Formats: sequence, C-alpha cells, structure tokens
Amino acid sequence: MKSKFSTGLIHIFLISYSLIAVLPILLVVMNSFKVRKAIFGTPLAFPTAETFSLVGYVKVLGNANIGFYFFNSMSVTLISMAAVLLFGAMAAWALAEYRFKGSDVLALFLSIGIMVPIRLGSISILNMMVSFDLVNTRLALILVYTAQGLPMAIFILSEFISQIPRDLRDAARCDGVPEIAIFFQVIAPLLRPAIATVAVFTVVPIWNDLWFPLLLAPGNDTQTITLGIQQFIGQYITDWNSVLAALSVAIIPVLLIYLIFSRQLISGLTAGAVK
Amino acid sequence: MIKNNARRLFLLIFFLGPAVIVYTIFSVYPLLATMSLSTFTADQSGVRHFVGLDNYILLVIDKDWRDPFWNAFLNNIWFFIIHMLVQNPIGIAIAGLLSLPRLKFRATYRTLIFTPTMLSVVIIGFSWNLILSPLWGISEGFLKFLGLGSLFQPWLGLESSALITIGLISVWQFVGIPLMLIYAALLNVPSELVDAARIDGLSHLRIFFSVKLPLIAPTIGLVSILTFVGNFNAFDLVYSIKGALAGPNFSTDLLGTFFYRTFFGNQLQLGSPTMGATIATAMFLIILIGVCVYLYGIQRRLERHSF
Repeated sequence: MKSKFSTGLIHIFLISYSLIAVLPILLVVMNSFKVRKAIFGTPLAFPTAETFSLVGYVKVLGNANIGFYFFNSMSVTLISMAAVLLFGAMAAWALAEYRFKGSDVLALFLSIGIMVPIRLGSISILNMMVSFDLVNTRLALILVYTAQGLPMAIFILSEFISQIPRDLRDAARCDGVPEIAIFFQVIAPLLRPAIATVAVFTVVPIWNDLWFPLLLAPGNDTQTITLGIQQFIGQYITDWNSVLAALSVAIIPVLLIYLIFSRQLISGLTAGAVK
Repeated sequence: MIKNNARRLFLLIFFLGPAVIVYTIFSVYPLLATMSLSTFTADQSGVRHFVGLDNYILLVIDKDWRDPFWNAFLNNIWFFIIHMLVQNPIGIAIAGLLSLPRLKFRATYRTLIFTPTMLSVVIIGFSWNLILSPLWGISEGFLKFLGLGSLFQPWLGLESSALITIGLISVWQFVGIPLMLIYAALLNVPSELVDAARIDGLSHLRIFFSVKLPLIAPTIGLVSILTFVGNFNAFDLVYSIKGALAGPNFSTDLLGTFFYRTFFGNQLQLGSPTMGATIATAMFLIILIGVCVYLYGIQRRLERHSF
C-alpha cells in the first residue's frame, strides 16, 4: 500500500499541473466577458453582475465575416476528414489484403509523409495552385490537407484492419459478396472506433493550421477561422475586449467538442498509439 | 481468391488510386519540384537559370545569407533542446504518475492536461502574448503575489529571453503528445512484471525507473524524433507572437520563419522563390538526417519488446 502522504503529494502535483495547463485558457475566456476596466483592474476575478459585458463579442460577431470563417473552416475540415478517412481506409485495406508485387515499396512510399512535413514543398504547391487557378479556393486547402493527412491515416487504419478477424471476409467471399461490397459493407463499419484516433492525428492539425490558409487562401472569401482571427487581432490589437472575445470565439467551440468527446479521443489515442 | 488478373488490377486501382494520386500530386511531387527549383536562380527579368549547388554555397558562405541561416539554425537547435529537456521529462513524469495503480481522478487530470494540445498554436500564441504583457500585468501581479515581483521582465520583448519564453509556451502546449504516447506505452507494460517487482519489495519509484522506463525506451525514441520533426518545422507560434520578422532582432527566428520570410520577402528584402526552395531543401536534409539517426542509430539498438 502506498502511504497516504505520498498519494497526497501525487495529487497536489497533478492538480498543480492541471491548473498550469488550464488557467491561461480560462483567464482569456473569463476576461472576454468583462468590461475593459475590470479586465485590467481585477483580471483574476470571475465576471460579476457589474463587470459583465459582451462588448467584445458584439464587435467580433458583428464583423459579419466571422461566421463565414467558421463555415470555411468547417467545410474544409469536414471534407478533408471524409477524404482522408475514405481514401486512407481504402488504401490501408488494399495494402493489407491484396499482396502484390511492389506492395511493400508502395507502403514505404506512402509512409514517407509521416516523417517529412508537406510544408517543405509549399513553394511548388503554391505554383501548382496558381497554374490550376485554385488559389483562394477551399478546394486548394482540401487537396493539400488530404495529401497531408493520408500517410498517418493509412498507418493507423492498417493497424486496425490487421486486427479484424480473417473469418469475416472469408465468410463473405464464400457467400459470393463482391470485393468492393466486402470493403464497404463488412470492413468499413468495423473501422468506426479508429475515427477518433485519426481525428486527433490528422483533423485537429487541419482545423488549427495557419500556414496553408496564409499561403493558398488568404482572400477574404476563403479565410479559415484560424487565419481570420489572426488577422482580426492584428487589426484590433489595442482593443482588448475585441481581442479577448476573438480568442474566445476560437477557443470555446473546440473546447466544447473536446470535452464532449475527450473520452473517445483519449482512448483512441492510447489504443491506436504506436507501441 | 481473385482469379482474374484484369479484375485484380481494377481492384488495386480502385482502392489505392485515390490515395496514391492525391498524395503523389500534392505532397511528393511538390517536394521534388522544390528541390529542383533550389538549383535555379532568377535574373532581373525573372528568367530562371540552372546554377547547380550555387544557392547552397551562397547559403553557407555569403555573409547576407550565412548569418541569418546559422542564426535560425542555432535558434532551432535551442528550441529543440528546450523541448527535450523540459517537455519530454515532464510528459514522462506525468505519464508515470497517471499510470500508477488505483489513482483517483485519472481521467480528469488527463483531459485537463491535454487541453492546450487541442487548441490552435495561433490562439495559444496570442493568449500568452497577452498574459505575459506588461500592459495587462497579470504575470507581474502573480509574481508579486508569490513575493517574487522583482523577477518580472517583459520576457517576450527581450532578446535574451524571447526564444526561451516561446520555447516554454510551445512546451506548455504540446506536453500532451509525449504524455499520451508514453502513457499508452506504460499501460502496455505487462502487470506480471510489475507485480513480481512489487513482491520483491521494490518501491513504485524504483519500479518506474528500473522496470517500466527501460521497457518503454522505444516509445521515448519515437517521441524524440516526433519532437525533432515538429520543432524543425515550427512556424505558427513565432509568427503569431512575433510576426515574420521574428524579433527582437531575429532572436526568435526559426528555420520555418526564415523560410517564409525568404520566400515571400518582407520590409528588408524581396521574396526569392529559388532561395526559399534552397532553405526548404536544407530543412528537408536536416529532418532527413534526424530521421536516419533515429532509425539506424537509436531505434535499432533499442530492443523492441512486444507483449
């Protein structure tokens, strides 16, 4: 049995570190709901009836573009995620199921992208998008993010596919189910638990990315929320209410989704993690 | 099972085609094209000429290129060292504590400590910029509360401390990655081994250092190389806190911001795609060397234990 004393010390350490992790975020969100005077006067206090104010939010949300930036981020992230999951699962399945000449080489080729960041090819990506006339389109971002997410997704999904019992597919084949139907009706539904793991490793970085929106889609119509907030803050840097509200607008939705799905996300991380 | 060759080929193309095509066109080809672009230079009229490795010679010899390149490279090494010395030990320590048997509130701690990792680097950068700002005075007030008010400095604004401060902000955000990977590895350590050590009378601390840590050495290697690749590719945090000029006086310049500035140009110089491509290729080589050291130097020596 551990002594009560050392257990207490462990909890004190973990509570302290949890506070270090969460307090700075809480500080920003909390102060975004206060009047300017209270932001500076009592930054560590929760907003009270007297200090409560939504003036920053009025300005941020009144900026009609913010809703549009959200829509851009949502559509880019969701379509990229769907493409990464679908193409990734199909490729992982083919590599695992149909051994063919060169399949090892192809698997190695596809895994280069796990270690080599796609950003290093940015100059040529930009040139290419210019020549395809895709600059300032959401499609440009979706294509790049799909290419960026695939290697890791294929790697994670391969691990999942290798755990699916062989009998399942063999039984389906004996029943004369066509190969493509085996994948979509038997295998794909079994991959649902892998979605959380793929999401953490590929989708979160897409939502949070600044580099490619800055490079490929800086136009007002195609800005993502991350880029939009970055530019908004650059404009209103001295208006603390607006800056704090803009940061909170970016933080709160992610935080809510994270808290709702944190169990799945973290168990996905620990289950699918590279051993 | 599949007898017909044409049918088999169709299936392979059907399943592998989309992934291979998107990945090749938008990831592999641009990388190769960038490398090829680094062997060209553009004259006044914008016409490109093949110059072989001249751009690389320029990068390491010419004073105007050499100094900022080495500055960014050395800063990047510091940035990496800060992560290896602070982020990964903290991650390992917390993972060790969280994997202790019969710990209460395990899931709560895990969720809270992982929170910053989920948020955008840009948002984190701005938030810390505000928190550390002398204008707001939160950090100063907090230090005063601890009786350390005299220690306060505008850390992000000083040449001597800006890089370390940004490094620590990055550590604060990404400690969740080593934490989770190592936590997962610790959960896979067979309980028989731990029980045997318990029966032999070892303390939890001894078990952690003498039994568990050696067993998860491959994961620590993996965490190190992921840290390396991430650090030598970093851009967003410096850009959001300090802008493309990575001030004060380039003291927070990393290879990523140097690459961006060179490619797009800034107040001080015109953008140069060819020199940008040269820097990107140099970054690729640095990352490649790191990955090779890991694969052949470290990972091979660490015996992989599979349970």
